[in-house]
Amino acid sequence: MINIEIDGLKIEAQDGAMLIEAADEVGISIPRFCYHKKLSVAANCRMCLVDVEKAAKPLPACATPVTEGMKVFTQSQKAISAQKGVMEFLLINHPLDCPICDQGGECDLQDLAVGYGGGETRYSENKRVVKNKNIGSLIATDMTRCIHCTRCVRFGEEIAGVRELGAIGRGEHMEIGTYVASTISSELSGNMIDLCPVGALTSKPFRYSARNWEMQRHPSIAGHDCVGSNIDLDVRDNNIMRVVPRENEEINETWISDRDRFSYEGLNSKDRLTAPMIKQSGEWQRVSWDTALAFALNGVKELVGRHGAEHLGTLVSPSATLEEMYLLQKLVRGLGSSNIDHRVRQLDFSDQNRAPAFPYLGQSIESLGQSDAVLLVGANITKDQPILGHRVRQAALFGAKVMCVNSVDYKVNMPLAEKLITDVAGMEAALAGILKALLNMNKIAAPSGIDQLLHSVSISATHEKMAANLSKASHGSVLLGLSAASHPAYSTLYALAECIAELSGAKLGSLSLGANSAGAWLSGAVPHRTADSASSNQTSAGLNAIQMFTAPRKGYFLFGIEPEFDSVDPVVTTQSLKDAEFVVAFSSYASTVLSDVANVFLPISPYTETSGTFVNVEGRWQSFKGVVSPQEDTRPAWKILRVLGNLFELKGFDYMSSIEVRDELKKCLGDIKLSNKRAWLCPELSGNISEQIVEIPIYGADAITRRAVSLSITPDATGHTIVMN
Amino acid sequence: MANEICFRTLNHKEPWALSTYQSLGGYEQWKRILKKKTPPQEIINELKESALRGRGGAGFPTGLKWSFMPRNVEGQKYIVCNSDEGEPGTFKDRDILRYNPHALIEGMAIAGYTIGANVGYNYIRGEFREPYTRFENALKEARAAGLLGKNILGSGVDFELHSQLGAGAYICGEETALLESLEGKKGQPRFKPPFPASYGLYGKPTTINNTETLASVPMILEKGGKWFHELGKPNNGGTKLFSVSGHVQKPGNYEVGMGTPFSELLKLAGGVREGRRLKAVIPGGSSTPILPADVMMDVTMDYDALSKAGSMLGAGSVIVMDDSTCMVKALARIAHFYFEESCGQCTPCREGTGWLSRVIHRIEHGEGKSTDLDMLVDVSKRIEGRTICALGDAAAMPVVSFIKHFRDEFQYHIDHKRCMVSA
Repeated sequence: MINIEIDGLKIEAQDGAMLIEAADEVGISIPRFCYHKKLSVAANCRMCLVDVEKAAKPLPACATPVTEGMKVFTQSQKAISAQKGVMEFLLINHPLDCPICDQGGECDLQDLAVGYGGGETRYSENKRVVKNKNIGSLIATDMTRCIHCTRCVRFGEEIAGVRELGAIGRGEHMEIGTYVASTISSELSGNMIDLCPVGALTSKPFRYSARNWEMQRHPSIAGHDCVGSNIDLDVRDNNIMRVVPRENEEINETWISDRDRFSYEGLNSKDRLTAPMIKQSGEWQRVSWDTALAFALNGVKELVGRHGAEHLGTLVSPSATLEEMYLLQKLVRGLGSSNIDHRVRQLDFSDQNRAPAFPYLGQSIESLGQSDAVLLVGANITKDQPILGHRVRQAALFGAKVMCVNSVDYKVNMPLAEKLITDVAGMEAALAGILKALLNMNKIAAPSGIDQLLHSVSISATHEKMAANLSKASHGSVLLGLSAASHPAYSTLYALAECIAELSGAKLGSLSLGANSAGAWLSGAVPHRTADSASSNQTSAGLNAIQMFTAPRKGYFLFGIEPEFDSVDPVVTTQSLKDAEFVVAFSSYASTVLSDVANVFLPISPYTETSGTFVNVEGRWQSFKGVVSPQEDTRPAWKILRVLGNLFELKGFDYMSSIEVRDELKKCLGDIKLSNKRAWLCPELSGNISEQIVEIPIYGADAITRRAVSLSITPDATGHTIVMN
Repeated sequence: MANEICFRTLNHKEPWALSTYQSLGGYEQWKRILKKKTPPQEIINELKESALRGRGGAGFPTGLKWSFMPRNVEGQKYIVCNSDEGEPGTFKDRDILRYNPHALIEGMAIAGYTIGANVGYNYIRGEFREPYTRFENALKEARAAGLLGKNILGSGVDFELHSQLGAGAYICGEETALLESLEGKKGQPRFKPPFPASYGLYGKPTTINNTETLASVPMILEKGGKWFHELGKPNNGGTKLFSVSGHVQKPGNYEVGMGTPFSELLKLAGGVREGRRLKAVIPGGSSTPILPADVMMDVTMDYDALSKAGSMLGAGSVIVMDDSTCMVKALARIAHFYFEESCGQCTPCREGTGWLSRVIHRIEHGEGKSTDLDMLVDVSKRIEGRTICALGDAAAMPVVSFIKHFRDEFQYHIDHKRCMVSA
């Protein structure tokens, strides 16, 4: 620790800290534009000039390291005059268009100009005008307002990992622009809007729609991937106007993905379902809740009476809330059916009885960023879980060896130490090769059965390098991604990865689908486990997400599911639903396919309109409140399920709040073991695999995101594709 | 006594040829060092005794600079020569490259040996096509003669030297912007510390010296630091190349002892034009403060005397102005230069240089306001000392000094909307 004095206040600062960090720590505010705690120091705006004893000139606090006994004055004549001087320079060429600028009211330049700017200008020359750039559907530019702090440029280089923006030209002619006129493709690009201290980069979808002082800010949790990024929802007139990050150093730091930021557009989509509806003689009618619920009740009762409860299948979105999942499974199990699943993209369920309590990252998100070797298996981490991709990238920049075994050569934004791209069938052999290399290298006894399994596996130089990198690592991580989970031999891949992690001392982790796969497992939204036995299996398991369509049921509950997207085989799924006698759709949207197959629509509130909980991939429970009231006649789904439970005369559906639901589940679960450890069982190599994996498009993972127009026209939104190797 | 160090070969046939340089004792120091494996500290001591100071403008003692290089650190180090001579009024390094390139090569080789760098780069101003070719040819000659390369003359010492042509940015003469440019990046100064001696080219310890500084090294080692020192005056050792331009009869480069009176230098350059009187002089290149004739006629040309007189020796770029000069127009031209050459990184320089330039341009064209002069000085003071590199200072100093010494002329332009000189 180093002792310094700022404005007479004696403080202890970290060794190697810059003055501005030391001052921030104790709440002494030094004005700044270019400095940002998550970016490298540029020291170019000069706004943070302070007066340091024994220094002839004022020094930039952002780039001046603390030294023992240093005395700093942030309010002296010298400091203030330097800061005021810089402010005058910043303002001479800055347009006076605050009244029509989206940044107005939350603009660093505007705020600091109040304290450091003059009442009138001495500048009577012409002001600079800079042509705007079209950089895509998410970020609007007003380049005349740019103050050249280069935060956006540094963000691209250091965080996003794609150098898309740069400063072209010099002096007053310097402009921020794309290197070759093009759109921004980073999945984290929206953070540049937050970083921009002025109105040069603003949100295109949000543009001209509200002033920041007209909105109320409510904390929430992003519902689009397994990270559970902390967000703030800005609300005006009962509308979500925009989404911004809420800082949480343990999860998303100061960032959020573009998906979390811009998917709110889908909340007000035209096909939003706003009232209960029933289909009679092929015609949809808007009805009251009583009518709709009675219709659903009768339909289900009749069906169960006719065919038995085992003819009921229930599919729930992995992005539903914990409370919704828990009540839904309680309802269908109460009716006598265990055919419930959320694993809409999975093909191989063979080892589900041996699965850990939930698909766990194997460590905390922060810890993942400290890995020194990472093996990605069937994972497009950059696009599927951008915040985790960012953590792995940071690790890579600090020297971690990041490696991947994929069936698609995904574009990544980080240096890869090794890369193994194979066809879908080759994934097993690739992992087996690494495992064999690992065994050869370390001369360790193989777990039972492995020697025989690996007998005919050949090793390549890449296998050996990957094995060596993992062996040498003191903090290795092996991660199974979404395409591994959709692999026809997922259980084998999992077991091989498990073995690789075990033998190299690495941490094994899963990257799961949607916002709440972890919650789905814990709450019993799987056919073989209930909430009271989260890690032990039911004696008679129900049908999984595939089985309930290959052996079609007579009736279905669809919860937040769009069959044409949330299925590995949309044709079979849709046909089974069409052929069914009765389909109840809990949905926020009425898509064409859903209208076609369902008999009753129960309009449920998306996560912004209901309270609930998401459990993220670390096993972290994050509860949130509804921040706007449900649109028209939609209702929070936990309330609908509560009423349904009572209508079916099932016991234990008298909840007063979603918190009660959550707490009941929590009590049921007791202590949840955060671990991926399980008893060893040697897998079998499946050999011939002819299936292809349907990649989930980055902006196609859930119903809300699919309707976010601005995201749908970004370079990343390419729709469903089958990639063949 | 003139033109005997950097311009030693000047009066010989083909002064740039290896044979000419060698016939005058060239490369003997390099060979001696290679043979005797002279301890680096000995060379540094000799330089310290010579009182050689950086000839690029800052005047930092060269021996001291070389001693900053981490001695016991293994790994790649670099010696870089700054031949990006871009300051208006400066053209001395150009003529070293043209007429005595081997002195620079030998100087760089010795510097590399002393600081432990086996690779050197000479970064040459983009517009210097002819000097670049001349230097490249000299490199070829030196390599062919086995004076550069691997295991030079069987000594076991390696030294590779490359030249790199700039792309026309003044800012790349700032040493850290030069390093960025050498690395293939946009030429923008780096924030210091860390200084190049610890974090230089490609992040490796690097020493950067001016062309004239390095070209002086072989002769210092040949004749001794004391000898060199005595060519000048205490603390201002040796000779200096003065680039005399402007309203003189014989503009050109003159290599004379430090501390030569300005009046003598003016005489060497043939004096001011017929029938004209000396009005003012910028003694060290366009960024240094201008001094009126009476001050200049009493001053000697060295770091200390010029500093005392209120200006700087800079790179020794003497811009002479006679009584036909409009000071407003002269300043407008200078201000426009710094406006165009600011790299754009720091707010005060990026925004301030344009402001200064526009206001001065306005005054020159009869649109000045009574408040402009005080404002110009105030704005200059707000730039000075508040930027990453010295370009901000370079833009501010001429404005302040021109208005200080010739305020009446500026006031006349504002009041009468025309020039006092031509009136």
